[in-house]
Amino acid sequence: MTTAVSVLEIRNLHVSVDTDTEGPREILRGVDLTVRKGETHAIMGPNGSGKSTLSYSIAGHPKYTVTEGTVTLDGEDVLAMSVDARARAGIFLAMQYPVEVPGVSVSNFLRSSATAVRGEAPKLRTWVKEVKQAMAGLEMDPAFAERSVNEGFSGGEKKRHEILQMTLLAPKVAILDETDSGLDVDALRIVSAGIEAVRAKGETGILLITHYTRILRYVKPEFVHVMAGGRIVDEGGPELAATLEDSGYDRYVKGVEPAAAVS
Amino acid sequence: MAVIDATGRPPAQAGAAPRPVRSRDPEDHAVPGGREEAWRFTPLRRLRGLLNGPVADSKVDVSVSAPDGVEIERLAPTDSRIGRVLTPADRPAAFAMARSDGGLSVTIPAEAALTEPVVVSLRGDGGVCYEHVLVELGPFATATVVLDHTGSATFAGNVEVFIGHGAALTFVTVQDWAEDSVHLGAHAYSVGRDARLRSFTITLGGDLVRLNPTVDYRGPGGDAELYGLFFTEAGQHQEHRLLVTHEARSCRSRVTYKGALQGEGAHAVWIGDVVIGADAVGTDTYELNRNLVLTDGARADSVPNLEILTGEVVGAGHASATGRFDDEALFYLMSRGIPADEARRLVVRGFFAEIVDRIDLPELRERVMSRVEEELAAVGV
Ligand SMILES: Nc1ncnc2c1ncn2[C@@H]1O[C@H](COP(=O)(O)OP(=O)(O)OP(=O)(O)O)[C@@H](O)[C@H]1O
Ligand SMILES: [Mg+2]
Repeated sequence: MTTAVSVLEIRNLHVSVDTDTEGPREILRGVDLTVRKGETHAIMGPNGSGKSTLSYSIAGHPKYTVTEGTVTLDGEDVLAMSVDARARAGIFLAMQYPVEVPGVSVSNFLRSSATAVRGEAPKLRTWVKEVKQAMAGLEMDPAFAERSVNEGFSGGEKKRHEILQMTLLAPKVAILDETDSGLDVDALRIVSAGIEAVRAKGETGILLITHYTRILRYVKPEFVHVMAGGRIVDEGGPELAATLEDSGYDRYVKGVEPAAAVS
Repeated sequence: MAVIDATGRPPAQAGAAPRPVRSRDPEDHAVPGGREEAWRFTPLRRLRGLLNGPVADSKVDVSVSAPDGVEIERLAPTDSRIGRVLTPADRPAAFAMARSDGGLSVTIPAEAALTEPVVVSLRGDGGVCYEHVLVELGPFATATVVLDHTGSATFAGNVEVFIGHGAALTFVTVQDWAEDSVHLGAHAYSVGRDARLRSFTITLGGDLVRLNPTVDYRGPGGDAELYGLFFTEAGQHQEHRLLVTHEARSCRSRVTYKGALQGEGAHAVWIGDVVIGADAVGTDTYELNRNLVLTDGARADSVPNLEILTGEVVGAGHASATGRFDDEALFYLMSRGIPADEARRLVVRGFFAEIVDRIDLPELRERVMSRVEEELAAVGV
């Protein structure tokens, strides 16, 4: 049976992290979330509430262990897939702190990645053009193509590079973990336009993690979720984001035991 | 024995580090205890006695292929060409000179323009052995010479390279030893006026490999580019200690060494000494070492040293950096759809490309890359 619309379904997700000192510690305590193709969801929540943990768990980072619950993409069991298989299935994570990869040039990296995700090497002529255009759209200097992945990139440059990858890989679901953090006004506008361009195609479901509403003025979510203490504690429309920015998370955090206290 | 360096001048006086003793007589060199600057990184116990020059109980199997016009000779120990470029700076080099029974000489005549490389293959077959190789490139000649070390050996080997004025030499030395080999090598290059050297030092195998490449210039306008590539595996010690001495005016040197390390106890050492003498105005030098640590348990030491005795240089700089290809980097590549083994290959290939792409010998290029990939595959992912 095929699903008409691509959909990422997260059900009752419990996740522990392997800490160096205290052994496993539960961070996510039953997250439910559904992201369909073309939809934009925002997740907001205080520091340490588990937002990055959620994104890493979906992408398959080895440090995080799913202890309960399911994640499926179009009905396929995502949790059974290796990290690279998840990406090939259509999951993309723009990381809060993109990693430096010494020795691998951006151009080589992008091509290897596109080849893996598309299942065949893109034709060189059209590929070069495609990359050029995407870089121009994000106002990235073409010289970046020859630099090592993320090495010596400024915070803003790293974020543009993440969105460049999202543009080229055209995922079914893109999780953007604080892509807006650390961007100045101009960079925020450029990066937002890049996200908007992917969204406008209607093929990608977006899960946007942020602390601020300023990016939501460019990338308008239909759904806003509040995460606190490892759970989604409130949901609403765009208006919820504005309320959160004004009044903060106090009313959610009270009574929620902090994740850090659980052993 | 008199102390004379390759330029024929007495060694530089000023400067921080004491100059090593230079002599052909092994007994002029103190037996290192391990704390000496020159030996502090080397596990002396793994040298299999080479510090004391054990008598050879085996021979390297030497074969040479060379285009017409290249002269290959066995020189007698008394031949004046031996020691013209290299005056040993330590015991193993002095013993190698004393015990090599002369030397194998490759002479490329003046103005020759070789289209095929000269290949000197040294194959060890198990025991203690010595060899002394001399390469002379006549004035205005151009050539590529490959020195290829394979097999198993406890080996001390010297190399003297004399480049005539206006000549251009590409010199490749490959250390593709079996896992149990020990190799100590003094490689001395003398660059003539307006001459050019491009050297590649490629170290892929051995239990312990320690090479001392040195470059001197006999006149102005010399240009030396020294490239190095090493892949240090679990338990291996690979050490490259370079010394580039600028005493002539307006010479250029570029040193670029890149190494990848993986596995428990892999240890790579890179020392890059550049000395710019008081008369060496117009010197242009830059040295770089980059290491890529692929797994836990591997260690890279990298020490660049620049000693400048004149204020009038065109450029003088160095850089050294050791990066880790860690689990986070692997996760990052995999999260973009790239399978783990390909991710590793991508990283290592990309890292070495800058060096490998410069080797003008397609077969050798292929061999180096496939050896690197073999070693990568060996560790698994
Ligand atoms: N690898 C880890 N080792 C130990 N603790 C971790 C690890 N990863 C996450 N945690 C802990 O899990 C909790 C949730 O962290 P997470 O990074 O998911 O929060 P977040 O909501 O993304 O916060 P922020 O808004 O600051 O980015 C925190 O208490 C954090 O310290
Ligand atoms: Mg976070």
